[in-house]
Amino acid sequence: MFSMFKPKPPKEAAPVAEASEKPAAAAVAAEEAPEPAKASWGDRLKAGLSKTRFQLNSLFTGIKVDEALFEDLEAALISADCGVPAAQTLIEQLRARAKRDKIEDGETLKRALADLITDMLRPLERAMNLDRPKPLVVMISGVNGVGKTTSIGKLAKYFQSRGKSVLLAAGDTFRAAAREQLVTWGERNNIAVITQESGDAAAVIFDATQAAKARGIDILMADTAGRLPTQLNLMEEIKKVKRVIAKVDAKAPHEVLLVIDANTGQNAVAQVKAFDDALGLTGLVVTKLDGTAKGGVLCAIANARPKPVYFIGIGEGIEDLRPFKAHEFANAMLGLD
Amino acid sequence: MLDNLTNRLSKVVKTLRGEARLTEANMSDMLREVRLALLEADVALPVVRDLIAKVKEKAQGQEVVGSLTPGQALVGVVHKELAAIIGGETAGLNLAVTPPAVILLAGLQGAGKTTTAGKLAKLIREQYKKKVLTVSCDVYRPAAIKQLQTVSEQAGVDFFPSTPEQKPVEIAQAAVAWAKTHYNDVLIVDTAGRLGIDEAMMAEISALHAALKPAETLFVVDAMLGQDAVNTAKAFHDALPLTGVILTKLDGDARGGAALSVRHITGAPIKFAGVGEKLTGFEVFHPDRMASRILGMGDIMSLVEEAHANIDLEEAQKVAAKLKSGKSFDLEDFKSQIGQISKMGGLAGFVDKLPAQFAQAAQGADMGRAEKDVKRMEGIINSMTRQERAKPELIKAKRKQRIAAGAGVQVQEVNRLLKQFEQMQGMMKQMQKGGLQKMMRGMGRMMGGGGFPGMR
Ligand SMILES: Nc1nc2c(ncn2[C@@H]2O[C@H](COP(=O)(O)OP(=O)(O)O)[C@@H](O)[C@H]2O)c(=O)[nH]1
Ligand SMILES: Nc1nc2c(ncn2[C@@H]2O[C@H](COP(=O)(O)OP(=O)(O)O)[C@@H](O)[C@H]2O)c(=O)[nH]1
Ligand SMILES: [Mg+2]
Ligand SMILES: [Mg+2]
Repeated sequence: MFSMFKPKPPKEAAPVAEASEKPAAAAVAAEEAPEPAKASWGDRLKAGLSKTRFQLNSLFTGIKVDEALFEDLEAALISADCGVPAAQTLIEQLRARAKRDKIEDGETLKRALADLITDMLRPLERAMNLDRPKPLVVMISGVNGVGKTTSIGKLAKYFQSRGKSVLLAAGDTFRAAAREQLVTWGERNNIAVITQESGDAAAVIFDATQAAKARGIDILMADTAGRLPTQLNLMEEIKKVKRVIAKVDAKAPHEVLLVIDANTGQNAVAQVKAFDDALGLTGLVVTKLDGTAKGGVLCAIANARPKPVYFIGIGEGIEDLRPFKAHEFANAMLGLD
Repeated sequence: MLDNLTNRLSKVVKTLRGEARLTEANMSDMLREVRLALLEADVALPVVRDLIAKVKEKAQGQEVVGSLTPGQALVGVVHKELAAIIGGETAGLNLAVTPPAVILLAGLQGAGKTTTAGKLAKLIREQYKKKVLTVSCDVYRPAAIKQLQTVSEQAGVDFFPSTPEQKPVEIAQAAVAWAKTHYNDVLIVDTAGRLGIDEAMMAEISALHAALKPAETLFVVDAMLGQDAVNTAKAFHDALPLTGVILTKLDGDARGGAALSVRHITGAPIKFAGVGEKLTGFEVFHPDRMASRILGMGDIMSLVEEAHANIDLEEAQKVAAKLKSGKSFDLEDFKSQIGQISKMGGLAGFVDKLPAQFAQAAQGADMGRAEKDVKRMEGIINSMTRQERAKPELIKAKRKQRIAAGAGVQVQEVNRLLKQFEQMQGMMKQMQKGGLQKMMRGMGRMMGGGGFPGMR
């Protein structure tokens, strides 16, 4: 399932030791066979959920299926940020299924709900195609502080592990020390970062796109400054960045990703719509799923403006990136194993 | 766009006309709408439950006074309850301790702590006239220390350097010592972002707190947070004796229900709001406005207040009397309404106070141009005859041409004005006895619908 991390030798993470030096309780357990990543992701989630979960597991086995149970499940969905409409849709479907399959036990009902969530999210489960003419230009967008730069650092590692050469463009010319932050991620990955003294994001990224072409780089990732959709001038600015990239290669950027923080509530839906309207998104990255937030807003997004979720972020370290799996995500949302 | 609570309730209350008081029975549908509105605004479910119970208790038996509908009466109760939970008084900083007064910032990753450190530094230097030192204990995030250094320079305050190889508590203690010998009144301590379930990191910040004994321990929270805000707030509340909350990124369009969740869990006052990326994007927090925002009502309450204060009472009464006497709202009245807007701080001031979705519709509009357009509208009405103003239906093609020529505008503009007038007139017809409040809301709707010139 997480074969992406398997090909490389376990200790390759050495140069980034300082990054994971943090006294995090849930250290990267990605190297433990046989299903390394799953253990780590599951453990993190369990750690996260143990304090807050609705004690669903223990309470549910053997419990009778009644109205209160449906209400509890609806509450669980709402508390996971599914939003009321998506939660109601799911619970209606669950009622129908409970009737059809004559479900009488709480645990079974909960699994049925996980299946329904999986069905809802499955259209979002898609892998990013890396084998395309080079350079594959990936533009990263999102609101402030969601984890754009960190995700680029992790993605660079992942792309390299798939045998791709990677170049980064420091397109956040606004936030204090944003460039230095990306440069550090470049060092951790042993790759070059194109920077400029100028304050013009489009210029830096234009430069980097040309450099990627000239150097025969496989994948260029362009960082951008965080912006809120209410900042209309900044939304115009990022549109311009996209247009300028297209001047180097009419098909570029080939991927325009939006990074979403799993802690975000219903505003995440507005974010997807606004950035999609402005840029034509090709995919999403959902970060910070290592906390107690469950990212249920993906259900609302699946209904309102579905976009493939290429990756999820589960920590601040370079390895803390996983492909999105609808089934796994649904289980995690309900605190199921 | 999300429905605001008033709209939601108006759908429910149509059936309730004429009921004199709020009862369990007539409230239950409305309370369901209130619940939905709060959840849509990301108020956490347990907090919503609590709130609904309180509102129910408070509203029960309350009389529906004067011109209000039961829905409006209930919105009033909900709004009051929300504002009460979010916090009555605006609370300042407590820096009256033996210097240096330490301010410790804590929060999730990316919440806006470092930016807020810069904003606070600037505010304290400029408004409290204190000598400020900042220090970063974020030894994890790449370039976090450099980031604080940059914002400190922007704020014009002293910065105590640190390196990722150091231990956070040691950094903080060294900074305190330095502040003492260099006569800094205030020391702002920035920290790394952390998750509430990260036990080692939560222990780290508890240790920082124990070593620093801060005068202020501020929890920095992103206004876009969802339901999990309660869990996060609880974790930080359990680990630290929080003295205040700072809500960031309020310049976005999130309804900000997290403010309610966090306040409910921590009990700590929300002291400031971040409203921009720049250091100037920082404000004292207004609980009242936040309550309106969560309910999707913009600053309706203060708009209404201001309307009461500024609107020429005589004018308003004239219109009201006219309506009562069964006469219809004419262009003369329309002109006087347009005039009222200028009295309320002009269009820009007016739009500022509208609910988010209306204000958004007006966003990007050229206010200067819009003001000019209002003047033009007045000009158009001025070039009508008295008879035309009283009976706008008289205005056909020929008259339109004359009026346009008189006002120096195109005929289309006269048409547009007449259309806007019709909308207003429709509103006035609905307005049987309700006062300004309804009218204001109606005007907002008209503007949201792109009715006003110069706005999209
Ligand atoms: N716990 C956790 N923190 C993350 C994750 N991704 C990013 N972060 C942190 O979130 C903060 C903001 O990240 P950054 O990449 O600077 O966000 P940007 O402003 O969108 O570029 C930093 O402290 C990151 O370490 C994640 O998946 N989990
Ligand atoms: N629009 C807006 N952005 C903000 C605000 N406060 C912080 N930010 C941005 O949010 C991002 C994360 O802020 P930062 O201070 O690095 O967060 P930290 O990880 O908690 O230290 C940066 O891009 C900031 O510019 C605010 O009030 N409004
Ligand atoms: Mg960044
Ligand atoms: Mg920081």
